[in-house]
Amino acid sequence: MELFDEFPSMGRTGLRDLKKGIDFAFRDFSRENGEAIENFFDPLMHFMVWFEKLLLATPWPIMILVFAALAWLGARSIWVVVGTVASFLTIGWFGMWEDTMATVAIISVATALCIGLGIPLGILMSRSNRMQAVVTPVLDIMQTIPSFVYLIPVVMLLGIGKVPGLIAVCIYAVPPIVRLTNLGIRLVDKEVLEAAEAFGSSYRQKLFEVQIPLALPNIFAGVNQTIMMALAMVVIASMIGVKGLGVPVLRAVSNQYLALGLMNGLAIVALAVIFDRVSQEYGKRLQKHRQGGHGA
Amino acid sequence: MPDIKVSIKNLYKIFGPKGESMVQKVEDGATKTSLQADHKHVLGLNNVNIDIPARRIQVIMGLSGSGKSTLIRHLNRLIEPTAGQVLVDGEDVLAMSDAELRDFRRNRMSMVFQKFALLPHRTVIDNVSYGLKIKGIDKAEMRERSQKWIDRVGLSGFEENYPAQLSGGMQQRVGLARALATDAEILLMDEAFSALDPLIRKDMQAILLDLQEELHKTIIFITHDLDEALNIGDNIVILRDGAVIQQGSPQEIVLDPADDYVRDFIKDINRARVLDVSSVMEAGSSDSGLSFASDTILENAMPAMSKADVSSANVTRDGEVVGMVTLADMIGGIARPESHEGDQVTYR
Ligand SMILES: Nc1ncnc2c1ncn2[C@@H]1O[C@H](COP(=O)(O)OP(=O)(O)O)[C@@H](O)[C@H]1O
Ligand SMILES: [Mg+2]
Repeated sequence: MELFDEFPSMGRTGLRDLKKGIDFAFRDFSRENGEAIENFFDPLMHFMVWFEKLLLATPWPIMILVFAALAWLGARSIWVVVGTVASFLTIGWFGMWEDTMATVAIISVATALCIGLGIPLGILMSRSNRMQAVVTPVLDIMQTIPSFVYLIPVVMLLGIGKVPGLIAVCIYAVPPIVRLTNLGIRLVDKEVLEAAEAFGSSYRQKLFEVQIPLALPNIFAGVNQTIMMALAMVVIASMIGVKGLGVPVLRAVSNQYLALGLMNGLAIVALAVIFDRVSQEYGKRLQKHRQGGHGA
Repeated sequence: MPDIKVSIKNLYKIFGPKGESMVQKVEDGATKTSLQADHKHVLGLNNVNIDIPARRIQVIMGLSGSGKSTLIRHLNRLIEPTAGQVLVDGEDVLAMSDAELRDFRRNRMSMVFQKFALLPHRTVIDNVSYGLKIKGIDKAEMRERSQKWIDRVGLSGFEENYPAQLSGGMQQRVGLARALATDAEILLMDEAFSALDPLIRKDMQAILLDLQEELHKTIIFITHDLDEALNIGDNIVILRDGAVIQQGSPQEIVLDPADDYVRDFIKDINRARVLDVSSVMEAGSSDSGLSFASDTILENAMPAMSKADVSSANVTRDGEVVGMVTLADMIGGIARPESHEGDQVTYR
C-alpha cells in the first residue's frame, strides 16, 4: 500500500522545473514590458510626487486649516473639526508631520483611483449577472490572498517605489467599493426604475438620475471601507518603498522600538478615525431625505 | 361607435424560457395550472382582446395574480408580449424602435404606480418635473408647468418637501401630477389607489373624476376592488388567469355576470348605486306624474318615489318618455342574484 503512505507528488525535479519555468517566463515578460508599463504609469507617478510635495510644501497652519475645512464640509460637526485639529496638532508636536503628510497623500490618491476604477466596474457588474459571476470571485481573491504574494509580481514588474505601492494598496482596497456599488444599484426599488422607464428615460438618464443617486448611500459605505482598507495597507506598502507612517513602524518592528512603533501606529489610527467619521457623517447627510417626519 | 384609442389584439404572455412554443399549447386548451405543472411556464396573458375607447376610463379588474399588471405593462412595452399586437391610435407599439418607443413614452402615455414610485432624493416639484426633464424641456417652463399640476392636485405649499415627509395620499397626488405634467393623452394607473386607506382612496377617486371631467384623457385604471371599478369606470374588463372573462359597462356586468367568478365579485356591492332606472325599466308609461332621467341611479330614484308616494314613474331620455319603472322593478333589480347550479343564470 505504497499509495497511502506517501502522497503521489510530481517529484522534485518536475516541480523545480515548473517553478523555474513560471519564474523565467514572468521575468522575461517583465524585462520586455517593464519599461512600457513603467512609462504607462509615469504620469501617475509624477502626479503623486507633485501631490506629496504640495502637502509638504504648504505651511502647516494652512494645511491644518484645510483639514479643518474639509472635516467641516464633510461632517458638519464642530466636534469632528475640533478632534481633527487636535489630532494633527498632536501629530506635529510628536514630530510625525512629514510622514503623516506622505501617508495622507498616498491614501488620497489610492482612494481616488479606487473610486475611479471601482464605481464603473461596479456599474458594469450590476448590469449583467454573468459579469457579476466573473468579477465576484476575482474580488474574493483580491481580498483574501496574502498581500505579500502579489507584492512579488508587482515589484518584479515595476521595481520598488510609489507606483507599485499604490497598486498594492489599490488591489487590497478596491473590492468593497466595487461590491457595494454593484449591490447598491441592484437594490434600487424596481418600481422606481420602472417609473423611469415608463417616462421614457434613456439608459444614461436612468443611470445618472435614478440608479446612482439611489445607490449612493451604499456606494458611500464602499468608499468608507475602501479608505479604511487603504490605511490598513500603509505598513505593507512601506516595505516596497512608499514613504509615510509605515516606514517608522517597520523600523520599530525590526529594532524593537516600542515607543516609536506606538506613536506612529496611533497616528495611523487617528487618521483612520478622522477619515471614518467625516466620510460616515457625509454619507448620513446624503440620506437625510429618507427620514420621514412632519415637514411642511 | 366611439373612436378606439388603444386596441389589444390576441395578446399572449407566457413567462418562461420557451414562452413562444407554449402559445400553441395554450391555444389547444392548456390552463394556467396545467402549463405550470407540465411545462414550468407561467401563463400571464391568454388571448386578450380589448378595444379601449378614447377619452374614457377603462377599468381592468381581477383578483391578485390575474395578470392585470402584466397587461397594463404591455401597453407601454415595459413587458414584451409572447404573441399579439398592441395598437395605439392605430400604430403598432411593438414595431417601434428604441428611440420611437422612448418618444412614445415621453409624449403619449404616462403612468401612475401602486407604490407611488417617486424619487426619494428629489423634492415634490422635482418629482413632478421628472417627465418634463426627461423630455428636455427648459427649466423655466418645466417649473411653471409642474407648479400648475401641483396646484391642481392640491399640493401647493409642499413643493420643497421630500416624498418621505408626505402621507401616502399626498405621495400619490405627486405621482398623479407627475403623470399629468407630460400632457400625455393616455394615462395608465396600476392599482394607483390600492395602497391607500379607504377614505383617502375615495378622495383620490373624486380628484381623478374631477380632473377627468375637464381633461378627457384615455385612462386605463387597474384595480382589484369592484366598488372602485364601479365608481370610476366607464367600461370594465374582468380578467382571470390572464384571460378576459367579461367586458362591458358597470351595469352590464352587474346585471348579467358572465360566470361564477364575476358573480362572486359583484355579490357584495351596493347594486342600487350602480344600476340606473333605464336598466330595470319596462315598456309603457306611468301616469304618476313623476319622471326620472334614464341615468338616475336607483339609490336616488327609490327615495324620490317613496317621498312622492307613487309606485311607478316615467323614464325619460332627452326629455322624451322611453319607458316606465315600478317599485317592484327596482326591488327586483337590487335583489342579489340567487344561488345557482352549474352555469345556469337563475337570478331575476
Ligand atoms: N416576471 C415574471 N416571471 C414569472 N411569472 C410572472 C412574472 N411576472 C408576473 N408573473 C406571474 O404572472 C401572473 C400575473 O401577475 P400580475 O400581472 O402581477 O398579476 P396582478 O397584477 O393581477 O396581481 C402571476 O401568476 C404572476 O406570478
Ligand atoms: Mg398587480
